[in-house]
Amino acid sequence: MSKVSEAEVRAEVRDWLAANWDPEMSLVAWRNKLADSGWGMPQWPEAWYGRGLPVSLARVVEEEFAGVGAVGVAKSGVRLLAAATLLEHGSDLQKKKFLRRILTGEDTWCQFFSEPGSGSDLAGATTRADLNGDHWIVNGQKVWTTSAHHADHGLLLARTDWDAPKHEGMSFFVIDVKQPGVDVQPLKQMNGHASFNQVFFTDAIVPAENLVAGVGDGWKVAMTTLAHERRGADGLNPPSKRGSRQGRIHAEERAELETANQPYKWYPQRAGRVDLVIERAKETGAIRDPHVRQEIAKLMIMARSAEWTARRARAAQRQGRPQGPEGSLGKLAASNVARACAHVHTLITGAEAMLTGPASPREGIIAEILVSVPATSIAGGTDEIQRNIISERVLGLPKEPRFDTGPFRNVRKN
Amino acid sequence: MSASEESRVEPARRIQFAFTDEQEQFRSLLRRFLNDKSPTTEVRRLMATAEGYDPEVWRQLSEELALPGIPIPEQYGGAGFGMVELCIVTEELGRALLCAPYFSTTVLAANAILNAGTEAQKSSLLPNLASGARLATLAVTELNGNWDPHEIALVATPVADGYLLDGVKSYVVDGHIADLLVVAGRLPGTVGSEGIALFTLSADSDGVERRLLQSMDPTRKLARIDFHGVHSDLLGTLDDGAKPLLRTMDQAAIALANEMVGGAQALLDSAVDYAKLRVQFGRTIGSFQAIKHKLADMLLDVELAKSAAYCAAQACAVDDLEWPALACLAKAAASETYVHAAAECIQIHGGIGFTWDNDTHLWFKRAKSSEVFLGQPNYHRELLMQRWGV
Ligand SMILES: Cc1cc2nc3c(=O)[nH]c(=O)nc-3n(C[C@H](O)[C@H](O)[C@H](O)COP(=O)(O)OP(=O)(O)OC[C@H]3O[C@@H](n4cnc5c(N)ncnc54)[C@H](O)[C@@H]3O)c2cc1C
Repeated sequence: MSKVSEAEVRAEVRDWLAANWDPEMSLVAWRNKLADSGWGMPQWPEAWYGRGLPVSLARVVEEEFAGVGAVGVAKSGVRLLAAATLLEHGSDLQKKKFLRRILTGEDTWCQFFSEPGSGSDLAGATTRADLNGDHWIVNGQKVWTTSAHHADHGLLLARTDWDAPKHEGMSFFVIDVKQPGVDVQPLKQMNGHASFNQVFFTDAIVPAENLVAGVGDGWKVAMTTLAHERRGADGLNPPSKRGSRQGRIHAEERAELETANQPYKWYPQRAGRVDLVIERAKETGAIRDPHVRQEIAKLMIMARSAEWTARRARAAQRQGRPQGPEGSLGKLAASNVARACAHVHTLITGAEAMLTGPASPREGIIAEILVSVPATSIAGGTDEIQRNIISERVLGLPKEPRFDTGPFRNVRKN
Repeated sequence: MSASEESRVEPARRIQFAFTDEQEQFRSLLRRFLNDKSPTTEVRRLMATAEGYDPEVWRQLSEELALPGIPIPEQYGGAGFGMVELCIVTEELGRALLCAPYFSTTVLAANAILNAGTEAQKSSLLPNLASGARLATLAVTELNGNWDPHEIALVATPVADGYLLDGVKSYVVDGHIADLLVVAGRLPGTVGSEGIALFTLSADSDGVERRLLQSMDPTRKLARIDFHGVHSDLLGTLDDGAKPLLRTMDQAAIALANEMVGGAQALLDSAVDYAKLRVQFGRTIGSFQAIKHKLADMLLDVELAKSAAYCAAQACAVDDLEWPALACLAKAAASETYVHAAAECIQIHGGIGFTWDNDTHLWFKRAKSSEVFLGQPNYHRELLMQRWGV
């Protein structure tokens, strides 16, 4: 792709939107248009529903979409992680089969990584896939799988070689979740919601063409997914808000989000709801307490600094500079902010922090914050694992000692 | 801020989250100079002297790098840069712990003159500061150690050809070596923000009594200055009241925050290096998770404080409405981070970290003095809340 300027892109997307954007279209038809034109994911390659633009110019496109209120491609859940993984490692056939329906929102995805015996230590997976002619047969159990109860496809990490060292004996598949061999059971969380599941595979089938990259490449592929997941955890992607715009497309988008978000109503709360802190301090009168003021200021300083750190990482990326340490810290910073929020909300709320349910402060939102924040420092890799990664990859400290070398068969397991 | 809001703001006036290539080059140049001129052997030599700096190095950084004139416009003999470049300088000075009267002369005095002075005063006072020929400082705090300019008690009594100053200033940075003093005082019979103004005088004027204080951080020299009916000139006019002083203090808080994150980074680097070297139980201490995780947390802290310090400098440079609040935010963040990094750095060094021979205490003491200098974190947090209208 030849170099284009910001002004050119702006003019081009503006013209295209003027000619094509129609809020009375159906959501799927519109998103198909986005996929065909490449304007839905402009940073993707031209061959695959994108325009090959640098990230900085993709932002310009986003601004123009926002300017006219045009709906974008579907972005919720792990669908974009799946897409990023397939773009990097998938075959053309897989890209053709899956990418478009990811963008249109017709398919929902989930991530079958964690197992009862292996969470932080993902490479310890014992769910097995055995080749049988033109398909793989999957047996085993995954757990904490967000969205599995309504997902169409899953990214599956499974063991295909028990004699290889643990990281070398795994392969990566796309598995159809809605098949008889896959039994999805929702798990109730400490906050009462059920957005994750345990999933049992009994002779579930994966066609051979759904193996991503080669046999034994599973770890490498999973690393791509996780890298994208961590990068996305910088707190700069606010959950999509339901607007009040008129038109069929907007109504359909609202309905989509309503259903898709149902089990995830608590997601904003797990980040701590820093946006509610000052309002709450004012409405309770706690704002007059000098100690509370200090704690609020500490929290706001942390939250704003974390946001600016993410902006620095993005700005460096946009300028084509190598990623500095600021790019690896978002997830850990978000955990700290969430925990500090829970502390300050408690301080502000006082005795009422002992209550829950619709009659408790903010119709239960405050209570939900307190019982949802613990997820932040676990999901997507625990804080401890983040610290290991930061200290090893950014600071160059020695790697953890290993006790799991040699054939996986002989490695100690749960 | 939403994407669409962002696009309505003219790009050059927006807060930038990355330094330009020119700024990065300037930083590298500066870092090379400081690596050469300010090794810790020099820091130790200079901190033990009464003057606290090396006039030859000051001459070089003035002539070769034009550092004292960084924020001073070219028409007054300066380099004509802004807050962002000034903060790159203070960050690097903080990292190298350079012993030099930079904060006093440039950050405090030159900015005060720029903010308050008349055209004629800027033309007459600034060129000598920009060239490094004269040293200067700003005296605000008094014996009670209060950083709130509204608490100033020193009295400036109008006389035929100026003002007579009576009172005591303390914790004046480089007050013992400055040639020019900028002094915050108030008109007789006024209270609060009313009647506050800045005055200038030569430090060798009659009635000025200067005493070097024994500072815990020997790299930052502090003086007490007594004024007994000292003749001075009003800087600027009486119309602006405390505003130019407040602006100067806010700029100084931002510059100090940047100096502090530079120091915190130096401590982190030193702790990481040591953790990779020191062997206990047959392995480097950097292989223990307790140490790895501590260092990862330090890195997070330092990067967050950097983000705040950089963002405040950028906001000030583009005159973003929020910048005075961000000055408080950055100062509070950097204070906590620097002191914490210093304590952790000593901890990671073990016993040797507590010795005089190990360099960590040089930064530890700078961290402590910086935590208090210009106001402690709790003072800035409360001010932040007030400035946010909370
Ligand atoms: C809300 C939520 C949603 C989730 N969604 C999904 C999903 O969609 N798909 C999916 O695959 N998984 C999902 N997970 C699982 C999540 O990724 C794991 O729970 C997480 O990685 C931790 O694994 P674990 O639960 O097995 O804990 P363990 O790995 O057993 O960890 C237990 C404790 O030991 C610590 N620990 C472990 N190893 C080390 C080490 N090397 N150094 C120091 N400390 C260590 C951990 O930090 C933790 O404190 C989700 C989890 C939550 C809470």
